[in-house]
Amino acid sequence: MSTDNVVDTGRRRFLVASTSVVGAIGAGFVAVPFISSWMPSERAKNAGAPVEVDISKLEEGRLLIVEWQSKPVWILRRSKKTLADLAKNDDRLRDPDSKNAAQQPPYAQNHYRSIKPEILVLVGICTHLGCSPTYRPDIAPADLGENWLGGFFCPCHSSRFDLAGRVFQGVPAPSNLVVPPYKYLSDNVIRIGDDKGAA
Amino acid sequence: MKNNTMKNLLIPVLMAVAVILAPAIAAASGHAHLDKAPIDISDKESLRRGAKAFADYCYSCHAASFMRFNRIAKDLEMDEQDVREMMIHTRGKKGDPTKIGELMKVSMTKDYAKNAFGTAVPDLSLEARARGADWVYTYLRSFYVDPYRPTGMNNTVFPDVGMPNVLWRLQGLQEPVYKTVMHGDVEVEELEGFKQIQLGSLSGEDYDKFVADLTNFMVYLSEPVQSERRSLGWKVLLFLVIFFGFAYALKKEYWKDVH
Amino acid sequence: MGKLIGWIDDRFPLTKLWNEHLAEYYAPKNFNFWYFFGSLALMVLVIQILSGIFLTMHYKPDAATAFASVEYIMRDVPYGWLIRYIHSTGATAFFIVVYLHMLRGLMYGSYKKPRELIWLFGMFIYLALMAEAFMGYLLPWGQMSYWGAQVIISLFSAIPVIGDDLTLWIRGDFVIGDATLNRFFALHVIAIPFVLVFLVIAHIMALHEVGSNNPDGVEIKKNKDANGIPLDGIPFHPYYTVKDIVGVVVFLFFFSTILFYFPDGGGYMLEHANFIASDPLKTPEHIAPVWYFTPFYAILRAVPDKLLGVGAMGAAIVLLFFMPWIDRCNVKSIRYRSVIYKANLVVFCISFVVLGWLAMQPVTEFITFLSRVFSFLYFAFFVVLFITSKNEKTLPVPDRVTS
Repeated sequence: MSTDNVVDTGRRRFLVASTSVVGAIGAGFVAVPFISSWMPSERAKNAGAPVEVDISKLEEGRLLIVEWQSKPVWILRRSKKTLADLAKNDDRLRDPDSKNAAQQPPYAQNHYRSIKPEILVLVGICTHLGCSPTYRPDIAPADLGENWLGGFFCPCHSSRFDLAGRVFQGVPAPSNLVVPPYKYLSDNVIRIGDDKGAA
Repeated sequence: MKNNTMKNLLIPVLMAVAVILAPAIAAASGHAHLDKAPIDISDKESLRRGAKAFADYCYSCHAASFMRFNRIAKDLEMDEQDVREMMIHTRGKKGDPTKIGELMKVSMTKDYAKNAFGTAVPDLSLEARARGADWVYTYLRSFYVDPYRPTGMNNTVFPDVGMPNVLWRLQGLQEPVYKTVMHGDVEVEELEGFKQIQLGSLSGEDYDKFVADLTNFMVYLSEPVQSERRSLGWKVLLFLVIFFGFAYALKKEYWKDVH
Repeated sequence: MGKLIGWIDDRFPLTKLWNEHLAEYYAPKNFNFWYFFGSLALMVLVIQILSGIFLTMHYKPDAATAFASVEYIMRDVPYGWLIRYIHSTGATAFFIVVYLHMLRGLMYGSYKKPRELIWLFGMFIYLALMAEAFMGYLLPWGQMSYWGAQVIISLFSAIPVIGDDLTLWIRGDFVIGDATLNRFFALHVIAIPFVLVFLVIAHIMALHEVGSNNPDGVEIKKNKDANGIPLDGIPFHPYYTVKDIVGVVVFLFFFSTILFYFPDGGGYMLEHANFIASDPLKTPEHIAPVWYFTPFYAILRAVPDKLLGVGAMGAAIVLLFFMPWIDRCNVKSIRYRSVIYKANLVVFCISFVVLGWLAMQPVTEFITFLSRVFSFLYFAFFVVLFITSKNEKTLPVPDRVTS
């Protein structure tokens, strides 16, 4: 090694620093595609995309189950009597007035937990541990007791919900069933998963 | 010097190899002649026309089951609603409308296709990548009347193909014209061109343009990301040039010690 | 910082490793262009492992879904296309870099005493790499994946007595099927990468034990200064680290050009027929292995006997293992060797390239004839070398490296 020429340490330090910075920027760029590849793919986005449901043929008292984000979404057309009966449950519920804002969008934070009173839209997943409750419209069946006015019963841990998805007291589930974001595209077409531009 | 001896040896040897291989290269080709497809993947207008042609004439039988409808809307700068009207004529199993993010499948089953056409209908997602743009472009222009085929049609690029010429109303009908050429001592019939025997709704020139647009779309379909790939490419290369400047200066600086 | 390193050094030989392999590893100062390919090979290994790990997160090793999952990666996974192209381009890059690295060894006699083990480890790396590439090529489950694997696995059926049972065992089915795909996936992503990394470590440890060769083939350890540092050596870090960074950037420029503008490699890297899902009932018209295997495939095709063909193909690789003993000349570098050796090596390289090209051509009588000529020349290299190297007329080797 020759030592005749003096080492310019300042230049050396600058070049090491600047090359390192450029290299680090490059490494940052390289990381982008790898990190992005963990985001939901187009397939996942499609599965989670809003779904449109035509409810014109949905009869009173019948439950329609559609899939949204791989979750069951229930659509129920409730009768006048069912709607009137809801108030009778109020004093036996944990959250009769849907005060817990996380469980429904603001436009469903009402007595019926829905945009149109008769049409109920719910995510059919129990708020306890994620099972899907059973629709039990029958009034006062033997297994559910004489106070049962129709509702949803979770077979996993016996949580009970009324026909507005409100949870009863004394069951493991902590909160009301979730109302997904939705809107009406027309009188009979509901778009689930998308409430842009809705009230 | 040492390097020169290497070069002196290399050149005559390479020349000898070239002389030996030249006829082999010439002999290695074969197959039907393919026309060069006049396509431009960056021409969005052409791609949109191609997408329409694909929707109207291909997509009822052929699936493109690795492609999603909304990808076409995004890449071809189309409204999702327009793509829906152009391409989606089916509903889901439960009668719910097909989502715009769905894969472009078709309802025809393999068994049905085997019955109708004698073969499964190939998925077209990757067709242009597997066969090449020139093949697609030439194939779609090479159907001719052949009464011995069940479809009444044959193809010079794909002899005895199962697919009928779905574009015949546009193209009209044609028959092949052969010329005789000598391959050594053997007489061989070679395709010279086609003779129009019934006019279609498009002129010859317009039909070629129509097929070019369709081919363009199928090339896009076979690798939808290709435009993005190329545009990202030069940015990466530019960055590397800059990085090279720094790295080379750094190397020079340190190697002053050695030299 | 110094305190932390001291704390670690008391418990783990961090500084010791750094010094032994970088800061106080003295490499000859006269490395030329050919010496970039070692560090580049290491770099490509890292690229392949990284991109490969991310591909396994989306790929499905299942005969029913494998092909679609690759297209899913290409179209639906964010930047999946980029990761896939990095991996497929990386495979080709790996072989280019490794072939040039091996040629460097042949030119400068880097396999000779005391570096025989470095060469042997390197040859095992090459063998593992071929297995890795071959099994990886099955995974896209296209027509070429399927039929390429069919042909290569059938090579084992040439082995007398056990051949047929052996191929059945490798496939786990009567044809290539889901079982084959699943086990190749396991080997490709776990077993062989482990072996590769282990061999690379052994390769580098052996190298750092005896020290690097150089274009003059002079042992720099023979001339040391008062401190025991080779006079012609310079510390690997910083001198060769900064130099190798330049090499890496230039390499990445070529790599990116291919990746972004020619990801199919004109049908040689991603073959056209591999965009058609595998079909056990229909062989593609044109079947040739990916380019990096073609020279050996040409030798296989040149021999008109199944067993002998497979044997010749195997021998073409196995002979390379014995280079340290086939070459009996004491002079290492081609710079000081005879014209015979130079000519011999040139013919060998040309044969290798031409054989590679021949294997991609459809078989005709003329192609077969050429394959035989160049296969003969390929093997002649070893015979001529063995005979002529014993009493080769060499030039005087300098005492110190030339700059």
